[in-house]
Amino acid sequence: MTQYIYYPGCSVKSTGKVYEESLLSVFKYLDTPLKEIDDWNCCGATAYFSIDESEAFGLAARNLALAEKQFNGSKNLHIVAPCSACYLVLKKTQDYLNRDQELRRKIELGLNEVGLSYESFVQVRHPLDVVVNDIGLDKIKEKVTRPLRGLKVACYYGCQIVRPYRDFDHERNPMTMDNLVEALGGEPIDWPLKTRCCGGSLTGTIEEVGLRLSYIILREVRRRGADLVITTCPLCQFNLECYQERINKDFNESLEIPIIYFTQLMGLAFGISDKEIGIHRLFIPITKLAKLRKGGENVYV
Amino acid sequence: MKPDSSYTRRSTPLQPEPLKGKIFKRIKYESELERGFGQKIAKMAYGENLFSCIQCGTCSGTCPVSQYMDFTPRKIIMMVREGFSEDALNSLTIWLCASCYSCTVDCPKNIQITNVMYALKREAIERGIYPKKFPIPILSREFFKQVRKFGRNSETRLVINMYLKSNPFNMLKMAKMGIKLLKTGRMSLKQEMIKDRTHLSKMIDKIKQLNEEEK
Repeated sequence: MTQYIYYPGCSVKSTGKVYEESLLSVFKYLDTPLKEIDDWNCCGATAYFSIDESEAFGLAARNLALAEKQFNGSKNLHIVAPCSACYLVLKKTQDYLNRDQELRRKIELGLNEVGLSYESFVQVRHPLDVVVNDIGLDKIKEKVTRPLRGLKVACYYGCQIVRPYRDFDHERNPMTMDNLVEALGGEPIDWPLKTRCCGGSLTGTIEEVGLRLSYIILREVRRRGADLVITTCPLCQFNLECYQERINKDFNESLEIPIIYFTQLMGLAFGISDKEIGIHRLFIPITKLAKLRKGGENVYV
Repeated sequence: MKPDSSYTRRSTPLQPEPLKGKIFKRIKYESELERGFGQKIAKMAYGENLFSCIQCGTCSGTCPVSQYMDFTPRKIIMMVREGFSEDALNSLTIWLCASCYSCTVDCPKNIQITNVMYALKREAIERGIYPKKFPIPILSREFFKQVRKFGRNSETRLVINMYLKSNPFNMLKMAKMGIKLLKTGRMSLKQEMIKDRTHLSKMIDKIKQLNEEEK
């Protein structure tokens, strides 16, 4: 039997708190409860790789080894990493440890020093991949209690879950999340910027560049007439939502687009209470959905 | 659909800062080249095929930030290959790369361009020639220090440290957002850490030691 183990990552514990809340409650609702790796450490993200590469691989490898140690019972072990950066770093580490034997020897010696070992049977998965390809859209359709009829959703995938490892979808025009939205009863809109960079940490470091990258995405969303955007990454969500006020000021705009996680959208369709999926923590409320639910423009069933 | 006039590119791209006041050398001399620099970076980046680059420019075309760079990714690849180490390491390009991997998946020669950028960042930090007061290397260093010490990073502390060391006045602009984050319970000043910190540092020290032995 497939065993899922949860690797949260640092973002999900602070600004991306909503993601964790909604992810755990949605997985529980789908009868696939997630258990957290005990004493996990930071994956290294992009910043650590700019300082020391082999140490960064060591950081990620420790998490993989911990997962294998704590769940040694099942060989069919999958790590679920919700943050795109964590997902990519863990995947990249596995790839490079398989490719470079010299690196692998070094990392293994480091792990052995503290009584760990990495056997590389664990698999790294993104929750989107697990939801759509393992749990399956049929089961999701069954579980939907309040379909999102009439809601136009822009699916924004961000960069690192589809690039460079095209593990479960296309690198420019992924469809996994669009299919999910359809299964939930909503209308995914077609747009070309699904995987364009949101600016990443540039919004905090070089605003002129970072905010502009986020602005390009938000403007396209409005132009295509979407009611809200769903994302898969805490950094994308933070950039697009929390900087929206600044973007409005800097670019003389009046954008007000709710940005939520795909797990929150699932929670809304499953009828999970707003508090459990962190709707009350959003900066921009989902007014359109409330309108639909009251039976405004389209009657909500 | 009517084309949106605001779509045309604005004529004020970000001016590369560290180059201000420096006379841009137009002529490069062979004596300035660093022998073996290309091979070194290629090895660091697992990119032995760096030398098969055909200079087609796909990477520069697909890069979402290339318009803000002082040298486009295509030029950086050529500079690295030919050994213009100083120009490549001093460029803003390597720090502007947000690791979106667009270039890597599009490259017709399968060059791992994002990895090349990481390798250049590491080399620049090692040689200490990154642009001073420039926030991106500062962020990386602060991140590194925090993770090394505590095993996890705390976003709020990280961002505050970065602003203090680069541009403290920028913090005022962030105040409004900070208050909103606090109100919605999405920000905490607590230092996140793992339970067994010696466990992690012992492992990292071992890897560090092995690295030094190798050198």
